[in-house]
Amino acid sequence: MPDDRPVDVDSPSHEEALGRLLRTLPPAPQGWVAAAAELPRARRALAAIELELAGEADRAAVTARLEAALADAGHEPTPELVRAVRRELGRGS
Amino acid sequence: MLSDAELVERCRTGDERAWAELVDRFSRYVHAIAIGAYRLAEADAEDVFQDVFARTYENLSGLRDDGAIRPWLGQLTRRLCVDRLRAARPSVALDEAAGEGTPDQRLEQIEQAVVVRDALARLSGDCQEILDRFFARDESYRAIGDALDIPAGTIASRISRCLGKLRVELEGRSGA
Repeated sequence: MPDDRPVDVDSPSHEEALGRLLRTLPPAPQGWVAAAAELPRARRALAAIELELAGEADRAAVTARLEAALADAGHEPTPELVRAVRRELGRGS
Repeated sequence: MLSDAELVERCRTGDERAWAELVDRFSRYVHAIAIGAYRLAEADAEDVFQDVFARTYENLSGLRDDGAIRPWLGQLTRRLCVDRLRAARPSVALDEAAGEGTPDQRLEQIEQAVVVRDALARLSGDCQEILDRFFARDESYRAIGDALDIPAGTIASRISRCLGKLRVELEGRSGA
């Protein structure tokens, strides 16, 4: 307790009790409150990132299937060939 | 001021300002349970605090009674604190682990403190500010005087007056 806060011994006991109870609920650290308040925004950002990652995962899966299909058809699945086939597929869709 | 039920209802519609207000409104309560009642270490208390609000956010649509958000939050916070203590020291009884007094006694005091703070919220802004700064924020007379631009020498009497008003407010409520 700071030095310039002497305890007032003449305070009626019920007011001391009120003081004690007021002390029971100090503010939570500002950083904790701010982080919890940001939760909806953080969740939205996370969802966007997950969507992006899912897109990348989809692209990787398509590439792997294209490479396998080209190899089965007797073509070497070079990156250039895979890109060209992807472009063709994209045009057709 | 919005009621708890109105606040929850707004949060459910995606109102981010309402969510920030909800966090602000219950932050002391959740913090007090974790730190004051269960004496969690700072890092554990912070984890519990964030977990409580994350779960609350996820469960907004499933609340059975919007007006009962405080007891719901209290129950969730207590459960997460107990889980945390048990995980850290499974062989120690909770009462023993938590230091002086029992968590139940301290939880009871927190519930009483909530009633006092509700009454405080019905006082003038000046009284709310000065009592909160002195008792809850543990500020010195000088710091309070500087912040509120009032002579430090008058603060003791202002605190006394405001405590008197708070007592009347509480008595009025209990007598109603």
